Amino acid sequence: MLIPKNNANQMRTRILVKIVEKFLQGRFADADRIPLELRPKGEPFSRCCIYKDRAILKYRCMASMGFAPEDETDELTSLKEYGEKALERSEHAPNKLAVITDACSACVKSRYMVTDACRGCFAQPCQVNCPKQAITIVNGRSHIDETKCIACGRCQEVCPYHAVIRVPIPCEEACPVGAISKDEFGKEHIDVEKCILCGKCLQSCPFGAVVEMSQIVDVIKHIHEGNKKVVAMLAPAVIGQFPGTINQLIGALKKVGFADVVEVAAGADVTTRNEAAEFIEKMENGEKLMTTSCCPAYCKAAEVHIPEIKPFVSHTKAPMYYTAEMLKKEQPDCVAVFVGPCLAKRIEAEKDPNVDYVLTFEEIGAMLVAGGINVMDCEPEDFAKISSAQSRRFPVSGGVAGAVASLVEGKADYKPTAINGLSKANIKLLKQYATKGCDFNMIEVMCCEGGCVAGPGCVALPKKSAIMVENYVKTGPNLKEMDE
Amino acid sequence: MEKIKVKICCGTSCFVMGAAQIQMLEFDPPADIKDKIEIEETRCMNHCHNTASKYNKGPFVEVNGELIEEANFEKVVNKIREILNQE
Repeated sequence: MLIPKNNANQMRTRILVKIVEKFLQGRFADADRIPLELRPKGEPFSRCCIYKDRAILKYRCMASMGFAPEDETDELTSLKEYGEKALERSEHAPNKLAVITDACSACVKSRYMVTDACRGCFAQPCQVNCPKQAITIVNGRSHIDETKCIACGRCQEVCPYHAVIRVPIPCEEACPVGAISKDEFGKEHIDVEKCILCGKCLQSCPFGAVVEMSQIVDVIKHIHEGNKKVVAMLAPAVIGQFPGTINQLIGALKKVGFADVVEVAAGADVTTRNEAAEFIEKMENGEKLMTTSCCPAYCKAAEVHIPEIKPFVSHTKAPMYYTAEMLKKEQPDCVAVFVGPCLAKRIEAEKDPNVDYVLTFEEIGAMLVAGGINVMDCEPEDFAKISSAQSRRFPVSGGVAGAVASLVEGKADYKPTAINGLSKANIKLLKQYATKGCDFNMIEVMCCEGGCVAGPGCVALPKKSAIMVENYVKTGPNLKEMDE
Repeated sequence: MEKIKVKICCGTSCFVMGAAQIQMLEFDPPADIKDKIEIEETRCMNHCHNTASKYNKGPFVEVNGELIEEANFEKVVNKIREILNQE
């Protein structure tokens, strides 16, 4: 399960703010103070001692500068030096998630254990029902032999005292594609080939051991060099991510140094039109099924893990693609920065020559905080291009299928369903739909439960921002009445 | 009985640092305090501009006027319970 805002991800925000502050104050000259400032002497710490806390913080700072823990060749390399290296590089860090080995607590492998509640009963249903004879009675109590246990859970089901508990490994549990697993020492590692960058492990690790390689330093460098215009492309999920209105946020981002701010919902208008046209054409050609394609985590999952569904994935590009295309047509020399709730968007951006960087809402939030900018105090500005109501609903589950439905209406038989959250179970379901058929002909897939408003890069509560998104939808024009 | 006033600072700084998540109090408050609190989302209360602290100690929340630094959901709920127990 994903842990809502907690100490681990609150610390991530603090680190990002510190990184921007240290850049602004002196180009990282003072960056090595960050772990000390975040864990000052005499104040409470977590982990085993303040020094380990600070050591882990250094690795987390490195990740925020775009360096993976495994990039470390000399432990004495200072954060100042990493900062300088980050400012020198012309290409941002490779897009991946990584585990800080020293922060990973190597959660116990054994998944079922017998607690004190065991009464050592006469019936012994746990022992009788265990298919592997893994349970013996030791000191008047059931004991599970880890070497025999296959973690089927029968003993837990049958114990009348609820004495058997399941101890999960949070990151492995959360990963829908089995990309994170233990090494011989019990420490977790992420297989980059398998990873779909959904960020679920990062959100669920109680030790804050999973980090993402940020591009924040690369973007602030461009802004402060001032050679090129840096343009922010705001994903539709931006609504409700910051206090104040969306128009005030445009003003705030210009204060941060973005030359221009455009709405990705405008690109979503193109996605909606193309996807509806593609759907109608496919159905006319006798195809049975189509799935959406705007969730990059799902697209990689389809590619690597669900080959059965791949032929059905729409060929229409995601809103980011069309937005960046329009932007680069108007301003070919600008630096295009996608700002969204999503880490997986970075995989999509790698293949898109028009997108230069991908930041999260949390990261631009850190830029606002470090710059001392209060959105509510900023001058409201308008977007140059107005987006439609349909496209504004893209970031909530059902939004994309609903947008396409409005254009398909009457032109084809439309039977939609939504996969709300890419879990292990939903991946199985998708495989079934692809191989055995289903009652639907349009499947919307969103990797994050609730939609993009619940993405790992979000600042606001998904519930709250979903309400704000719905309010924003109401103020948008109908796509059917808009010119192409 | 008068309700406990919970003022959540929703200036950009506090919001980004975690006040956004404390808004969970509006959607999903623990059952024991549910009917006993009154939540207000305020504009920046300027606590973050207090230069005495070496770094920004937000998010800031005030519970019946008492300031909580580096607030999170748990800290705020604990403070509310503490006040309820005194009454």
